[in-house]
Amino acid sequence: MATDYVIAKQVSKHFGHQQVLNQIDLTLPAGMIYGLIGPSGAGKTTLIKSILGMEAVDSGTVKVMDTVMPNRAVMAQVGYMAQSDALYETLTARENLTLFGQLMSVPKIKLAQMIDYAAGLVDLTSQLDKRVSGYSGGMKRRLSLAIALIQDPQLLILDEPTVGIDPELRQQIWTELNKLKDTGKSMLVTTHVMDEAERCDYLMLIRHGIALAEGTPAALKQQYAVDTIEQVFLKAGRMQDANDGNR
Amino acid sequence: MRTMAIVRRVFKQMLRDKRTLALMFLAPLLIMTLMYFLFQNNTTQVASLGVHHVDQSVVNVIDTKNVTIHHYDSSQARKMIKQHDLDGYLTQKNGQLTITYSNSNPTNTSLIKASLQSGLVKLKMKTLVTVTKKQRAALESQQAALKKLTAAQTQATVTKLKTAIAQAQARGDQATAEKLQKQLKQATATTSSSTQSAKATSYTTKSHYIYGSSDSTFFESFLPAFLGFFVFFFVFLISGVSLLNERTTGTLSRLLATPIRRSEIIMGYLIGYGGFAIIQTVLTVVFTITVFKIHLVGSIWLVFLTNLLLALVALTLGIFISTFTNSEFQMIQFIPLIVVPQIFFAGLVPVDGMASWLQAIAHIMPLYYGANALTAVVTKGAGLGDIGVNLLILVGFMVVLTMLNIVGMKRYRKV
Repeated sequence: MATDYVIAKQVSKHFGHQQVLNQIDLTLPAGMIYGLIGPSGAGKTTLIKSILGMEAVDSGTVKVMDTVMPNRAVMAQVGYMAQSDALYETLTARENLTLFGQLMSVPKIKLAQMIDYAAGLVDLTSQLDKRVSGYSGGMKRRLSLAIALIQDPQLLILDEPTVGIDPELRQQIWTELNKLKDTGKSMLVTTHVMDEAERCDYLMLIRHGIALAEGTPAALKQQYAVDTIEQVFLKAGRMQDANDGNR
Repeated sequence: MRTMAIVRRVFKQMLRDKRTLALMFLAPLLIMTLMYFLFQNNTTQVASLGVHHVDQSVVNVIDTKNVTIHHYDSSQARKMIKQHDLDGYLTQKNGQLTITYSNSNPTNTSLIKASLQSGLVKLKMKTLVTVTKKQRAALESQQAALKKLTAAQTQATVTKLKTAIAQAQARGDQATAEKLQKQLKQATATTSSSTQSAKATSYTTKSHYIYGSSDSTFFESFLPAFLGFFVFFFVFLISGVSLLNERTTGTLSRLLATPIRRSEIIMGYLIGYGGFAIIQTVLTVVFTITVFKIHLVGSIWLVFLTNLLLALVALTLGIFISTFTNSEFQMIQFIPLIVVPQIFFAGLVPVDGMASWLQAIAHIMPLYYGANALTAVVTKGAGLGDIGVNLLILVGFMVVLTMLNIVGMKRYRKV
C-alpha cells in the first residue's frame, strides 16, 4: 500500500470572526504534485501552515508522515518554501543554505554536497558566494527553493514557488519538480498561475476557506464543461457566490 | 548544534554590519570621552554679582574666585540683572543687606549664596578677632604690671633669704641654712613658671579619603553607572531590532518551519549578542581605566561579570519588547519608556533619599541592581559576597524574561 504523506481531515480554522478554513479534507499520496489554487486570502497559506504544524487548527486533524501535527521532529522531513523570501540578506547564498542545512540536521559531511545539488537544481551554482542583498527577485525565489531542497526531503510544501521567475526558468523548475516526483517525492504547491495548475496531477480549488472542487485537471474541466482551468475557477466561483446569495 | 548555527549566523551578520559594530563599540567610548572632559573642571564656574552701595569690607570678603563683582550706581536690582545679565544683585541700606538672585542658573545662585554666607561669617570673625585683640592687649599690660610687682617681691625675698643664709652659715647653723636654701629655690621657681604665657591653638586640617582621592570628580562617581547603562542601552536596542527584523522579513517564521526548538533560537541570540556585549564591556572598561586613569578599587572580573549579566537582561528585555512592536520606529518608542527611566535609578540620584513609591519603582529596574553592584565594585572594592544578591536578582530578571520569550514565540509556531 502506497503511503500517504499528508492526510488532513475536516480542518477548520478561524481568526476572530472570519472562517479561514472550513472543513477541508486533503490527502497527498507519495509521488504526486498537488496543486492548491484560489484567490489571495482564500486560506491557502493558512492550510499550508496548518499542515506544517505552525498554526493550531480549531477542529480536525492533520497527519504528516503518519504523525499527528504539530510535531517538531517531523518538520525535518518537510521542505518548505514560504510565500515571501525569508532570507538573510547580509549572508551569501551558501551561508543561507549552510544555516538551514544545519537546522535541518543535514550531516556535516553531506552538507557541501547537498548545497551543490540544491544550487545546481535552481541554477545558482555560479552565484553561491554572492550576498543575497545583491540578488534579483527571481534569484531570491530560486534560493528559497534551494533551501527547501537542502535536506532532500520526501515532501515539499511550496507556497507560490514561481512568482517573479521568468518563463524559461519556470519551465526548468517544473521539469525539476517532475523529476523529483519520479523519485517518489510529493509536492504541495500553491499557485495563482493557471497554466501551472494544468501541470499538477491533482488540484483543489479553495475560495473563502471552502474546498470548491477537486480532481485531476482533466476531470475538473470535464465536470464544469469548459476548456481551461481558469474557466473552471471562474465558473466555480460564480456558483459559490450564487449559492451564498440564495442563503 | 542548532543553537551554534544561530550563534554563527548572528556573528556573521554583526561582523558585516560595520555601522552597527561601530555604534556598539565606538559610541560608548566617544560619549565617555565627552563626559570625562565635561565633568573634569567643575570648580571653575563663575557667577557675576552686581553690587550697589555696599561696604567695601563686605565686598572684599565676597570677592572669591567663584564670584566676580561689578559695581553699579542703581539700586534697582531687577532692572540691573536683566540689563547686564547678572546672576545676582546686592544692595545695602544701613546694616541691611538685600540680595536679589536671577536664579536662571541655580548653580550660580548657590555659588553667590555660599560666597555671601562664608563672607559674612568671615566678617563676623574679623570683628570678633579685633575685639579679642583689644581685650588681650589690656590683659597683657595688666599682666606685665603684675609680673613687675612679683619680680620685685621675689627679688626682695631672695636678697632677704640670701642674707639670712649667709648669716646662718656664718653662725654655723647648718639646719637653718638648708631650710632657707629650700625656700630660696621655691621663690626662684615661681618666677620662672609665671613667665610661661598661654598660646592660642591654631587648627590645621589633613584630609584622608577612604575611596578615591582628592582628585575624584563627578565623572568617577558616575562612571560605573554609565558603564552599565551603555551596555544595557546598546544591547537592548540591537537585539530588539534584530529580532524585530527577523519577524518582519519572515525569517523567524522560516526558522520555525525547521525542527529547531524555540529555546534554541533564544539561546542562540543570548550567546551571539552576549559575545558582542562582552567585547563592548571589555573595550569600554579597559579604555576608561587606561586612558582616563580611573582608579578601579575592586576586581575587573567582577565588573565584566556584572556587565555581562546586565547585557543578558537587556538582551532578553529587548527581544521581549520587540514582540510588541511592528517596526523599528515602534522599537525606538520604547526607549524613553523602558531605557531612559532606568538611568534615574542607576545611582545618579541617591535612591535612599527618594519617596517610598519611587524606591519601589527603583527595585523593578534591572539597571538599579547592575549599577549599584558596579559602583560598589569600582569605587569601594566590593567583592562577590557584597554584590551577590544584586547579581542573583539580575539572573532572575534574565530567567523570567527568557521564559516569557520562549512562550511568546508560540505565536509563530505551536510547538
